[in-house]
Amino acid sequence: MAAKEFDIPELPTYIEIPELIPDVMKGEGPFKAIDEFQNPLGFPGGKVDNWKEVAIEKMGDLKSKYRSVQVFLDSCVKCGACTDKCHYFLGSSDPKNMPVARQDLFRSVYRRYFTFAGKHFPKLVGAKDLDDEMVDDWYNYFHQCSQCRRCSVFCPYGIDTAEISMAAREVLDTIGLGQKYCNQILGKALTIGNNLGLPEPALRDTLLDLEEEVEEDFGAPVKFPLDIKGSEILLITPSADFFAEPHIDGLIGYGKVFYQDGVSWTLSSYASEGANFGMFIGSYDIMRKAALRIRKAALDLEVSRVMVGECGHAWRVAYSFWNTLSGVGAGAQSGDEYALKLQNQLDDRYPQPQHIIEYTYDLIQRGKLNFDKSENDERTVTFHDSCNVARATNMGGIEGGQFILPREVIKAVCNNYVDMERSTIKEATFCCGGGGGLLTDDLMEIRIKGAMPRMQALKQVETNEGVNTLAAICAICKSQFSKVLPKFDFDPYMIVSVHQLVSAAIILDKPQEAIQMSESQTEATDAVEAKEAETE
Amino acid sequence: MSLISIIFTALFYISLFIFIVGMGRKIRQFWITPVPLKIPIAPTPLTQTGAIFKMIREVTLFESLFRSNKWIWLFGFLFHFGLLLVLVRHLRYFIPGDLPEIFLLIQPFKYAAFAMIIGLAGLLVRRIFVPRIRYISAPSDYLMLLMLIVIGVSGAIMTFTSNHTDVMMVKAFASGLIVFDWTNLPTEINFLLHLFLVLVLLAIFPISKLLHVPGIFFSPTLNQVDNARKKRHISSWALKQEKENTVKLEQTIGKDE
Repeated sequence: MAAKEFDIPELPTYIEIPELIPDVMKGEGPFKAIDEFQNPLGFPGGKVDNWKEVAIEKMGDLKSKYRSVQVFLDSCVKCGACTDKCHYFLGSSDPKNMPVARQDLFRSVYRRYFTFAGKHFPKLVGAKDLDDEMVDDWYNYFHQCSQCRRCSVFCPYGIDTAEISMAAREVLDTIGLGQKYCNQILGKALTIGNNLGLPEPALRDTLLDLEEEVEEDFGAPVKFPLDIKGSEILLITPSADFFAEPHIDGLIGYGKVFYQDGVSWTLSSYASEGANFGMFIGSYDIMRKAALRIRKAALDLEVSRVMVGECGHAWRVAYSFWNTLSGVGAGAQSGDEYALKLQNQLDDRYPQPQHIIEYTYDLIQRGKLNFDKSENDERTVTFHDSCNVARATNMGGIEGGQFILPREVIKAVCNNYVDMERSTIKEATFCCGGGGGLLTDDLMEIRIKGAMPRMQALKQVETNEGVNTLAAICAICKSQFSKVLPKFDFDPYMIVSVHQLVSAAIILDKPQEAIQMSESQTEATDAVEAKEAETE
Repeated sequence: MSLISIIFTALFYISLFIFIVGMGRKIRQFWITPVPLKIPIAPTPLTQTGAIFKMIREVTLFESLFRSNKWIWLFGFLFHFGLLLVLVRHLRYFIPGDLPEIFLLIQPFKYAAFAMIIGLAGLLVRRIFVPRIRYISAPSDYLMLLMLIVIGVSGAIMTFTSNHTDVMMVKAFASGLIVFDWTNLPTEINFLLHLFLVLVLLAIFPISKLLHVPGIFFSPTLNQVDNARKKRHISSWALKQEKENTVKLEQTIGKDE
């Protein structure tokens, strides 16, 4: 818990645009990373002597490598459309949390050093020098952005604050001002293989314990295999799924679905992390390093499918970036040996990578899973669209599939489902408040304030529809909600994985029954075929 | 030719030169800057056709802005659409000789000037009175609106009041600029102000927020197709890095390889 005292926002009946309270969230930002965490990533620890030159040079480098950064810095007309769209602004009232004002911390410096108008008429165009105060503001306010991209949906030019925020964090890292939370975690992910720093033996023990527990509870030998070469599916899931609540109930759900499908699958101890914090700090190279572990695991384990568990930004990196970073995907050109080496191994009948929701949804569509929906009858469920899934990815290859598929899976296993207010879900979803590298206790104030808009929409369906369960498919959302729900007088256990709901309702074939079941299925198929033959 | 005519003739070519060279350089910069990652923003188009239609809707209807804020959309749309019609009507001055008959049909476009002025006034009022927008405004943001308002009002005064300017003389001057047959221009203050500010606008186009005009077409969030899993997307610098194997797992970090 942060030492600073602050008020927890009250939940209004509807969300009002707050009056501006300048500098109310001014501060030192999250804990900074020391040498031990900075150096392994190739960054200096602590502000370097010639930080200003280094920063300006890095800005120039980034804008020459990312069209997004260059175009977004030049194109904003300050129309104000985004000013009321950020959950951190709505929750904190600090004008620097308005997307355009956050970007302007970076843009004003860009103008001062890179544009004609800013070099010669800085006052006129709002160009500012890069000084200590500005860098402090960068560090503070670019760590009050969860890179959720809600503002981008509403921008007439699609200007994406996440891109600016990532660029700013990369500049900060380059001059030695890294964030402890992200960079410490990256160190673990890149050496041990997961964000928790869980080595292979510990992971193996955990999974064995889980197998015992599940067999005891459900009477079926559901396996959680690790490093099994030649498996069909390699599952890449956030490491929180191995330990944290409620995440682990989601993992049990995946295991049950795999078991019921009868497919061979495995986890990898080398690539035991779906989350990729390289995206949060904006570094292409570090993000790629993390992604390369998955490529290596897929090649070493000779799998034909790569699947991703419930994790928001992991799915963004997997869906949108893996093909680029490491060739996990399809459609490489014929001369592209690097990507083809892997893509030729992967089964092109399936989307690569595939989301666990897509997989479960497909099995449900094909009638391969049976459910007792009454198991979830005490629940009235609503679904929180996690920002990265909602705004940066797709599922099922149909337009809006990322909204449709999770809801269809929930409806297949629950009788009571309601949506939250339309302006707070789907592409306009409000972030949980903990994404983008903010899920650390030293940022608790902004996490709670930023959660307010989501909590408000939840309160509405709780009051009106009796919602008592909030389902999500993101490890960060789950952890964040567990922490912030009680601050707003909700039950902290109301947040669940979608696959926890699946897990509760799924009817598992018991070992002996399994044989009978498959026989009766064969009989049923035979009967259908006979009938069809007759009609013909 | 009068001195004032010589000055304005020179200003025209200077502004036009700055505009063309400046925009050319800027567009080239946007063009050659790589796009390393797929970052389309929801609602994302899954096909190239879908992406083209999305861009057309954004450029002609301001779809995202409509979703975002109805007032800004209304004023913004009135201004831009009015400006478009007014610009089309202005073509008459730059075409030498008799006009094609089509120009009779677009005569009523002159009323679009009011849409333009109302839109601009609305945007200015919001910029001054909505605290959030005032907070993010620099002096140039107000100046830009004021300049456009003065252009619009001075133009409307010439069209709709008795302060007409000699349009035949304007036509001779303007079309003369195009065919390098220079003549004198009318010297009413309204007209000179109108023309001067238009030339200033042309000159500052490549160094101001007016860059949103080319910018929108290059915006990766708007113009990308959402097909990252189906087709490998890789930028020039990333491909070079991949080929030369400069990012290795064992580099800096990774005692485990």
